[in-house]
Amino acid sequence: MILNMLQSIGAGVFDRIGGVGRASIMLFGALFGIPSIRKGFPLFVRQIYVVGVQSLTIIMVSGLFIGMVLALQGYTVLVDYGAEDSLGPMVGLSLLRELGPVVTGLLFAGRAGSALTAEIGLMKSTEQLSSMEMMAIDPLRRVIAPRFWAGLFCMPLLAIIFSTIGILGGHLVGVEWLGIDGGNFWSIMQSKVDLVDDVFNGVIKSIVFAIVVTWISLYKGYNAVPTADGISKATTDTVVQASLAILGLDFVLTVFMFSS
Amino acid sequence: MPEPIPQYSVEIEQLSFSRGDRPIYTDINMRFPKGKVTAIMGPSGIGKTTLLRLIGGQIKPDSGSIVFRGHNIPTLGRKKLYQVRQDMSMLFQSGALFTDMSVFDNVAFAIREHTKLPEDIIRTMVLLKLEAVGLRGARDLMPHELSGGMARRAALARAIALDPKLIMYDEPFAGQDPISMGVIVRLIKQLNDSLGLTSIVVSHDVPEVMSIADFVYIIADQRVIGKGTPQELLDHESPLVQQFMQGLPDGPVPFHFKAEDYHCELLGGVK
Ligand SMILES: Nc1ncnc2c1ncn2[C@@H]1O[C@H](COP(=O)(O)OP(=O)(O)OP(=O)(O)O)[C@@H](O)[C@H]1O
Ligand SMILES: [Mg+2]
Repeated sequence: MILNMLQSIGAGVFDRIGGVGRASIMLFGALFGIPSIRKGFPLFVRQIYVVGVQSLTIIMVSGLFIGMVLALQGYTVLVDYGAEDSLGPMVGLSLLRELGPVVTGLLFAGRAGSALTAEIGLMKSTEQLSSMEMMAIDPLRRVIAPRFWAGLFCMPLLAIIFSTIGILGGHLVGVEWLGIDGGNFWSIMQSKVDLVDDVFNGVIKSIVFAIVVTWISLYKGYNAVPTADGISKATTDTVVQASLAILGLDFVLTVFMFSS
Repeated sequence: MPEPIPQYSVEIEQLSFSRGDRPIYTDINMRFPKGKVTAIMGPSGIGKTTLLRLIGGQIKPDSGSIVFRGHNIPTLGRKKLYQVRQDMSMLFQSGALFTDMSVFDNVAFAIREHTKLPEDIIRTMVLLKLEAVGLRGARDLMPHELSGGMARRAALARAIALDPKLIMYDEPFAGQDPISMGVIVRLIKQLNDSLGLTSIVVSHDVPEVMSIADFVYIIADQRVIGKGTPQELLDHESPLVQQFMQGLPDGPVPFHFKAEDYHCELLGGVK
């Protein structure tokens, strides 16, 4: 009984390790797989459009609303202590340090990650990847690599856009609507927000999330069971696992970056 | 002394392959002569597509060797394998067109990837191939706008785009009307003869296969049950081969996938 249980746990662990191993080999292949600038660059640009530009709307709208809500909630608390002038740094810091990278990552996983998984899974199930292999064109280079780099390139930019629009949204509610002094809003924010500690660390977070989300999406698609429900499961897995990975990693990174 | 010119494009020796516990091939030997059309026939699900994938190096056999132009495919590293594949081409059973590209771009894909030819030469090459399969007028359609038969012909044009040394056709005639079928039969023969390439054709269409093949293999039960020229096979004394050539449902070749006794299973396992 116990032996059987141990055995199955062991097998599960080995399976996992094998999976992670395959995933890293794939990532490795993708990372160093840009075939040539002449051929790779147009593919990369196209993926930037698909992965990045098409995610812009949802990122901007979400950023705006989250910034506005943040200002509204922050104001109701701060005003009791007469500290409503600190609304600027509060909105700025929470967006730059946490909400920008994290929410962008979550939205990116749902918007672009799931699409990547479904697209690649379907390419696999319709034998498009196999036929590419038989044409002596490595799908890791032709299909996976440009998508990986595009994801890595776009997500930090999207996070920066998210935070910027969020801060503008906070300004809109705090200054234009609730009547905080606009000069204070910006100047206190400026004095409290540190370029390296806050802005830079936020960008590092979003780079880490970009790697994780894009990698999970591509891996899940590439290894999907090539059937309708296999792809549907892979897509769900992408969103769930990428989101959990983001939240977990965010905690770890925050501990390293901001607790001293 | 000059090197002897190898006679065979692909040589398969003592090949065994199984899917999980189910053996697909046990110790088969096959040879595909250079410059000839070799047909493979056999019941559905017997592993014909699998054999083509083995030759293409997409799956590895459990044992045995597959030698293509002096390279033992299963032992090749990734890089070498991709290099060797430049000399082969495969028409997939499903067509497998790239769904995000037009018919023209599908056919041009491999040419663009592997050569640095200027676009107007590529255009000429692609239109020639499309004309050969009767789809020149459909060049701007997307794959989802094609009928099943058209998609397979487009895939055929793509498979021959780069004039490879070896072409493997997985059921090229499936879903074609008699006219397109005739065109494709002639096209395969013509390509083979004019370019001196080696063709492997997997198909169930006995008369068509017999009309173009120089040599035929019939596989069943994980092994080769009959081989020879079309005429030899028609006169073959083995009942297995005769059943297949004449398309009789009952005979030594099982039509059914391995299963429990039919009546027994219908009665819920009560004997
Ligand atoms: N990915 C796979 N995983 C497990 N088994 C498979 C897989 N692909 C094929 N098989 C099994 O291998 C056997 C051979 O399949 P294959 O596709 O080579 O048959 P085939 O001879 O091409 O048949 P058909 O004429 O119907 O195309 C089948 O019995 C099938 O069940
Ligand atoms: Mg098949």
